[in-house]
Amino acid sequence: MSSTVLEVHNLRIEIPVAAGLLQPVRGISFGVDKGETLCIVGESGCGKSLTSLALMGLLPKAAVRSADRLEFRGRDLRGLGERQMSDIRGASMSMIFQEPMTSLNPAYTIGNQLEEAYLRHHRGKRAEARDRAIYLLEKVGISAAASRLKQYPHQLSGGLRQRVMIAMALMCGPELIIADEPTTALDVTIQAQILHLLADLQREFEMGMILITHDLGIVARVADKVAVMYAGKIVEEGPCERVFENPMHPYTQGLLRCIPVPGKTRRGEHLGSIPGLVPNLVGDIRGCMFRNRCPHAVDACLELGDTAVSLDGGHAYTCVRDVETIRASSSEPQPA
Amino acid sequence: MLAYTLKRSLVALMILIVVSALTFSLSHLATDPALTIAGENANQEDIEAIRKMYGFDRPVHVQYISWATRALAGDFGVSYHYREPVSDMIAGRIGTTMTLGCSAILFALIISIPLGTVAAIRPNSFIDRVALFFAVIGQALPTFWFALMMIIVLGVWWRWLPISGNTSWQHFVMPTIALGYYATPALMRLTRAGMIEVLASDYIRTARAKGLRPWKVLFKHALRNAIIPVVSLAAVWFGFMLGGSIVIETIFNLKGIGWLSYDALLRSDLPVVQAIVLIFASFYVVLTLVADLLNAYLDPRISVR
Ligand SMILES: Nc1ncnc2c1ncn2[C@@H]1O[C@H](COP(=O)(O)OP(=O)(O)OP(=O)(O)O)[C@@H](O)[C@H]1O
Ligand SMILES: [Mg+2]
Repeated sequence: MSSTVLEVHNLRIEIPVAAGLLQPVRGISFGVDKGETLCIVGESGCGKSLTSLALMGLLPKAAVRSADRLEFRGRDLRGLGERQMSDIRGASMSMIFQEPMTSLNPAYTIGNQLEEAYLRHHRGKRAEARDRAIYLLEKVGISAAASRLKQYPHQLSGGLRQRVMIAMALMCGPELIIADEPTTALDVTIQAQILHLLADLQREFEMGMILITHDLGIVARVADKVAVMYAGKIVEEGPCERVFENPMHPYTQGLLRCIPVPGKTRRGEHLGSIPGLVPNLVGDIRGCMFRNRCPHAVDACLELGDTAVSLDGGHAYTCVRDVETIRASSSEPQPA
Repeated sequence: MLAYTLKRSLVALMILIVVSALTFSLSHLATDPALTIAGENANQEDIEAIRKMYGFDRPVHVQYISWATRALAGDFGVSYHYREPVSDMIAGRIGTTMTLGCSAILFALIISIPLGTVAAIRPNSFIDRVALFFAVIGQALPTFWFALMMIIVLGVWWRWLPISGNTSWQHFVMPTIALGYYATPALMRLTRAGMIEVLASDYIRTARAKGLRPWKVLFKHALRNAIIPVVSLAAVWFGFMLGGSIVIETIFNLKGIGWLSYDALLRSDLPVVQAIVLIFASFYVVLTLVADLLNAYLDPRISVR
C-alpha cells in the first residue's frame, strides 16, 4: 500500500503588487506518495519556487497562501502557526535551494551548520549530530568528511556546497524533500551527478520527493509523476512515461520538442522552441492561459474552465481539444 | 588567521613609524621651540643657549631618533610650562579620557545595534520611524549644544546628576551620553541597512528551512554577518570620540587628555602636544588593527582575501 505523504488541493498564492493582485499560483493540485518522485516542470516564472516555498511555509511576508486541502502526513498545514511549521521544517519536510553558492552562512563552518539542523529537532548530544553529519557527508559523496566539518563554505566549490546542502536537508531523515532546481547554478558536468545522487538517496531513504527542474532529460530518468506548470496552473500531469509518450497539452508537446533526442534529432536541425511570452499574472485571466502562444488556439479556448480531461492511469490535461483530435494532430508532422 | 594577524600587525607597525615621524616633524616645522621656551623678552644669546641645552641645534633626524627611542621607553620629556615629566601628566589623565571614550562607544553600540536590528526586522514600522527620528536629531544637534542642554535640564533644573568633575561614576553619565549619542545615528543606520540586506539573503532562508527558531536565525545567523561593517565603523568612531572629547571634557570640566591637549596647545607646550598626538595616533592604529582582526574572526572569508 502506498501511503500519501503530501496532498495539495487548489493551492493559490496571491501577492498584492502596485499593478494589482499578482496571482503566481492559480489553483494547483497534486500529491506525493512515500518513496515517490514528482517532477514539476515549466518555464521560468510559472510559480514553481513559490509553490515549494508555500509548502514549507516560507513564502515572503506579502504573499497570501490559500488551499482547499494542504495535508502533510495526514496533518492539515493550513492552520499551523510559525512555531508549529518550524517544528516540521527540516525535520520531516526539507528543502534544497537553487543557489548553493549563497545558501550557506559564510560565517560558520560546514560542521556547525549541519549539526545545528540535527540539534534543532533532537535533544541529542553534539557528538551524535557530528556522527550523523559525517555519515551523510560520506553519503553525498564527500571524501574526508570528518575534516570537511571544520571548513567554511568559501573553501568549497559549488558542487560540494550543493552536496552539503543535500546532506543538511537529510540530517533529520525527512519524509518529503523538495528540491527546487538544485543544479541550475552548477556546471553541466556536475548537474547530472547531483541529480543522480538525489535520486539515489531518495530511493535509499524512501522519501517522497518534489523535484523542480528545467531538464526534461533528467525528468525522464528519475520521475514517477510529472506535473507540467504554465503560468501558475498545472496544464498536464500524470505518470512520467505516459506524459512523455503521449503529451496531450500543446505546451507539454512544445516542451518535449525542445529536447534533442539522439538519433532522432539530426545535427544542426532547428530545435523547437515555444514562441511568445508568458501572460502577465496580475488579476484574473479568462480561459486557457496558453492560448496566445498555442498553435491550435480556437475561440473555445476563452471558455476553458478548470476541469481537466482525465485519461486512464492518472494522466490528465486541461485543454479544449479532445483526445481524438490531439492524437490525430500529433501523428501529423509537427509545424516547425 | 595567524598569517593574516602577522601581516596586519606589520602594516600597523609601519603606519606607526610614519605617524611618529610626521608628528615629530610637523611640530618642529610649526614653531621654533627655543623661542617658545625662552619667552618673549629673551635676547639672542639666551635663545642660542636654550637651543644648545635642549639639543635643538642637532640635525632633525638625530633629534627624531633620540625622541622616538625615549618615547618608546615612555619618556616624552618634560613639559615646558609645568616642568613636570610629560608621561606623568598623561598617566594621571588618560584614565579619565579612556573611561569616557569606552563608555561613550559602548553607550552608542548598546543603543544603535538593538535599535537598528528592530528597525530592520520591521522596516517602516512605528519603531523604525522612531529610531529614524532620533537618528536625524542626533546628527543635526551639535554635541556642545546637546551637552549644554543636558547640563541645564538634568544638572541644574532637576539636579539629578553632577555637572562638573570626575570623582564618581555619576560624573561620567552626561559626558558619556553627549559623546556617545553623536555616534549613534551612523551606527544605527549601518546596522539597519546591513540587517535588512542579510535578512533577505539565501542563508537566512536556509536557516529558516532548518526550522530554527526566529531568535536563533536572528542572533546566530543574521546579526553576526550584519555586524561586520559596524565593527569597522565603531572603531573609526571610537577614534573620533577620543578626539571629540576635547570639547566634552572642557564642557564638563573632566580633566582628561582632551583638556590637557587644549591647555598644552594654548601654551605651545611642545613635548605635551607631541606625546598626545603620538599616543592618540598609536591608539588609533591599534584600534584599526583590532577591528580588522575582529572582522576576520567574524567573517572567515576576510583572512583569505
Ligand atoms: N516576493 C515576490 N513579490 C512579487 N512577485 C513575486 C515574488 N516572488 C515571486 N514573484 C513572482 O511570481 C512569479 C513566480 O515566481 P517563481 O519564483 O515561483 O517562479 P519559478 O517558476 O520558480 O521560476 P524560475 O524557474 O525562474 O525559478 C514570478 O512572476 C515572479 O516574478
Ligand atoms: Mg524558481
